[in-house]
Amino acid sequence: MKSSVIVFPGTNRERDVADVLAAVTGTAPRIVWHGDSEVPQSDLIVLPGGFSFGDYLRCGAMAAHSPIMRDVVAKAKAGVPVLGICNGFQILCETGLLPGVLQRNASLKFICKDVWLKVESTRTRFTGCYNQGEVAQMICAHGDGNYFADSATLDRLEGEGRVVFRYCDPTGNVTPEANANGAQRNIAGIADATGRILGMMPHPENAAEAMLGSVDGRKLFESLLAA
Amino acid sequence: MKARIRITLKNGVLDPQGKAIQNALSGLGFKGVEEVRQGKYIEVDLAATDEAAARAEVEKMCQELLANTVIEDYAFELSAR
Repeated sequence: MKSSVIVFPGTNRERDVADVLAAVTGTAPRIVWHGDSEVPQSDLIVLPGGFSFGDYLRCGAMAAHSPIMRDVVAKAKAGVPVLGICNGFQILCETGLLPGVLQRNASLKFICKDVWLKVESTRTRFTGCYNQGEVAQMICAHGDGNYFADSATLDRLEGEGRVVFRYCDPTGNVTPEANANGAQRNIAGIADATGRILGMMPHPENAAEAMLGSVDGRKLFESLLAA
Repeated sequence: MKARIRITLKNGVLDPQGKAIQNALSGLGFKGVEEVRQGKYIEVDLAATDEAAARAEVEKMCQELLANTVIEDYAFELSAR
């Protein structure tokens, strides 16, 4: 499986995700600079975490207009799976590939901690190796992860089974206390209608080795191989 | 021409920063602060001298980059530089 990881000025998790992709797929991904105009032929495009363009204006707003994004959007619409993690999720929302927006955390604090996610949909290219309702432990590290969309959009996402991950407690209860950042309906990750584009705030790539405290994120990458 | 653009959060969109400012103002002893909403102010100097053309241009800038219309409203004034 060939994958490409896009790097913007201020991206900082590209090596983490490249490492996991190399380990899981057996092929090191290509690192693609945001100023390029074309993504090499890929079976997966990753927009990794970080602080592209210093989060100026709005998180992901500048990156969404980088030269490479024209081709990322075109390839996404042509069916190439796209994974946006953290800042990558913010960028996907700013491009309009996913609906809604990530606002400042309700606490106004940067959150860096373990979170538990309830897998709400296994019908995406990224979640086939999970069980419906499974609880996955991952890490989150963000200041702007508070998912917002109007209630009509949220109802549509729920109705179409596009809410993929929700913040929950370690036993799988979706509670206000477990909601790390104030996201509406505890939403931690959503997919497009085809299940080929996934945006999520927590970092599966940082929960893929026992040494890091959890391997629950590894299945997300294994799902891509199995799909 | 100069465009003075104000970007504000839509009604009903939570503004945790505005809340924090409100709490700080109360802490400083300002009484009767009922609500604070924080927004952005952007000035853009344009080469255009025709107002209608400048208006269309700034409108497009707001739609495409300066505001995220999912959560934000924008308004602007144009004046001679």
